[in-house]
Amino acid sequence: MKQFIAFVKKEFHHIMRDNRTLLIILGMPVVEILLFGFAINMEVQDIRVAFYDPTPDDFTTGIAERIRQNSYFNYQGNMQSMEEMEESMRKGKLDLAVVFPQKFQESMVHSGKAAVQLLSNSSDPNRGSISVTYASAIIAGFQQEHTDLIQIPFRIETENRMIYNPLMKSSYMFVPGIMGLVLMIICTIMTSVSIVREKERGTMEVLLASPLKQGTMIFAKTVPYMVISFIDFIIILLLSYFILGVPVNGNLLLLFVVAILYITLTLSYGLTVSTLVDKQVNAVIFSATTAMIPVLMLSGMIFPIDNMPMVLQTLSAIVPARWFIEAVRKVMIQGLGITMIWKEMLILIGMILFLLGVTIAKTKKRLE
Amino acid sequence: MSIKVIEVSGLTKKFGNFTAVDHITFDVEEGEIFGFLGANGAGKTTAMQMLCGISMPTAGAGTVAGYDIIKENELIKRNIGYMSQKFSLYEDLRVWENIRLFGGIYGLSDKVIATKTNALLEKLNFQKERNTLVKYLPLGWKQKLAFSVAIFHEPKIVFLDEPTGGVDPAMRRQFWEMIYEAADQGITVFVTTHYMDEAEYCNRVSIMVDGHIDALDTPAALRRQFSADSMDEVFRQLARKAKRGD
Amino acid sequence: MIEVKDLYKSYAKGKVNALNGITFSVKDGEVFGVIGPDGAGKSSLFRILVSLLLPDGGSAVMNGNDVVKDYRKVRQIIGYMPGRFSLYQDLSVEENLTFFATLFNTTIEENYHLIKDIYQQIEPFKDRRAGALSGGMKQKLALSCALIHKPEILILDEPTTGVDPVSRKEFWDMLGRLKEQGITILVSTAYMDEASRCDRIALIREGEFIASDTPQGIIDNYADILWSVEGSRMSALLDALRGHSEVKTSFAFGDKIHITVTERLQAGELKQYLSEKEFSDVRIAPIRPTVEDCFMALTN
Repeated sequence: MKQFIAFVKKEFHHIMRDNRTLLIILGMPVVEILLFGFAINMEVQDIRVAFYDPTPDDFTTGIAERIRQNSYFNYQGNMQSMEEMEESMRKGKLDLAVVFPQKFQESMVHSGKAAVQLLSNSSDPNRGSISVTYASAIIAGFQQEHTDLIQIPFRIETENRMIYNPLMKSSYMFVPGIMGLVLMIICTIMTSVSIVREKERGTMEVLLASPLKQGTMIFAKTVPYMVISFIDFIIILLLSYFILGVPVNGNLLLLFVVAILYITLTLSYGLTVSTLVDKQVNAVIFSATTAMIPVLMLSGMIFPIDNMPMVLQTLSAIVPARWFIEAVRKVMIQGLGITMIWKEMLILIGMILFLLGVTIAKTKKRLE
Repeated sequence: MSIKVIEVSGLTKKFGNFTAVDHITFDVEEGEIFGFLGANGAGKTTAMQMLCGISMPTAGAGTVAGYDIIKENELIKRNIGYMSQKFSLYEDLRVWENIRLFGGIYGLSDKVIATKTNALLEKLNFQKERNTLVKYLPLGWKQKLAFSVAIFHEPKIVFLDEPTGGVDPAMRRQFWEMIYEAADQGITVFVTTHYMDEAEYCNRVSIMVDGHIDALDTPAALRRQFSADSMDEVFRQLARKAKRGD
Repeated sequence: MIEVKDLYKSYAKGKVNALNGITFSVKDGEVFGVIGPDGAGKSSLFRILVSLLLPDGGSAVMNGNDVVKDYRKVRQIIGYMPGRFSLYQDLSVEENLTFFATLFNTTIEENYHLIKDIYQQIEPFKDRRAGALSGGMKQKLALSCALIHKPEILILDEPTTGVDPVSRKEFWDMLGRLKEQGITILVSTAYMDEASRCDRIALIREGEFIASDTPQGIIDNYADILWSVEGSRMSALLDALRGHSEVKTSFAFGDKIHITVTERLQAGELKQYLSEKEFSDVRIAPIRPTVEDCFMALTN
């Protein structure tokens, strides 16, 4: 135990004394949040919206009124036909069209559900998707109030169609993505580099020739990064809550559990990488190509998985960040509970066990 | 009057409030083998970096190969050769690729490089190793090749930083015979070493202690001056006075 | 006691033979030197002895513990200093020492008496980061770290490489004092002049011990006739000597030239030959060989 504590202390010394790395570790979440979050958020003002409502009733006018009064939206009028709507959109006069079906209220009362179509002009995908998110939120709020009023359970479904660009993006979606990316970078790259550095500098030789057990060393190596990653996770959470206004709708504790699972997974991956390479440079390149790029490309952070070709969809299943991001979205944004994310959690646990197994099998008690 | 290829006076380098090199003044003549000795941390490396034009002196002036060490350091670099124990050749390049690379760096034409490469390999009896990756050569061979590459462009001066560390005794001597040969051709050799017997092979030797040069003369004269039997003893007497570092 | 029998080791699937059947033993409390150039196999040998590499063949037993089977026990009883500086450059002197003490489940206080002599010299700098130490101080710190758990056997791989002659001498003085404490010391070096500081030495070349004895024994076994030739114009003198048919080898040794000659040659004859070549001031004398002469004779 004493050995373990001494080792953890040493690791913290390494990190604390390397100012540049420390700056990167703690500055990265801030920069990423600002980069991704604000670049999207700042432009979304003055959303030009129009309605198509063939059979106006209390509900449809109520919803339309809500949207019109919201300060983010700029009301452009009611359209007379779908053709007119599409024409304005093609000309770039509209960002969002809200289309109500015939007899909205009637179907609502009879079947307990009705669908609203939100058409967004996604030639600017950020603007388009954020318009949809805002409108959906307003409709959801409207529904919430009316559920209390009329005692019948009912549901308004929003059906989103992005015209001209099927890409789905939103700042809500980015926050889980940034979490997935930052944690992956810190855990995988930092852990693997910190072990490989000992190999490269020759200190590993002295450690190996001492009575220190390999397991103790490996476990001690991960502790500081576990702590730092968790701090980063909280930084991202705070920034996205207070600056980007992303809500935490679900259970905070559950969110932490998901984060810890993912951190453990990325740390395990860092350990696996460290058993495969001997040079710090290679550790960085290897981690970056196998961890970072898939997170950016295949996790659903930027490109929605549903729109990927089958091959890539299959490939995305082995990207840990995909499951983490999905779980975080469900808990944080959609406010779902553990019963809805058990699948993601199990997959993450399975991946952890696999990587730890590989690491243990690959860890040597000698130099070769 | 012989030509001075290195002439420095009051050369000083400070890092913050630490004076690594403290007003050193000396000169080296053309074709001389000049031994530059000193304990670890005495300031040898820093002094050598200033002479090679890769470190700017804090104070002092001087010329190397006829060029001013402050204003014309780029010209100095073109007219010197450099080799160290730690880095000299690219391990993952072949023998001839290393020669071509360094020949090219110093601006020799392809034709000149080709002719000189053949002559060099023949002289070293290396023809068979032409296509061998440098990392597969034994250390002694590597060092001999590295030295040949360092003087490939016929520099006026060649700087050798501990060129023979860890090399076996016979190879070490062959290496020094190459140094003599280069000196005979008029190349000035400026060399650091921890082997005190090698200090005896130099025409003149300087010994640095705590940033300044405490002794400078021929090995024989230094032995007389310190009433010592060997350079080893001379060195020990001087280095014992050192206060800093060890 | 170290007992090594018939060690073999090769790399790159047998293409490079690092060790070619090495057998020797080191008695308790002995200083044993393995002397030879870089690439001769010194590091491979030492890494096998400290259980970091597996031998392809043969066995090595450290104070009764096999380096393969009982590697955990071996790691407890040895102190190892690898060829290059292997401490944490970003930790201070004291932090390094404390860390290594804890690694071996001990404390600085417990074994301070053992390192006192060495550590006192660097203690004034105990808050300085190891990376900012000079070469000689780094080496003292590394030795302190290797000693802090009171090892039974100390294994030092080229501890004096790149270290100036004065620090080297100091280092050997320290080893001498450690030997008095009963620690068995196995040390390698490329500096032939350090041989005399060992109780026994082995000369290693291309993975084989070409001789193993006391330094005196190695010198006594020297079979050639060895003369030293002194004079000015060394380079030309060397050439002239090599031109003589009865001179077998001639190499520079500091300010003198060492030559081996056939039994037929008389010193007067050689002097005559040299004066004909206008070397008038030469002095020729028979001399006792050094270990370096022996190494060169054995590898010739």
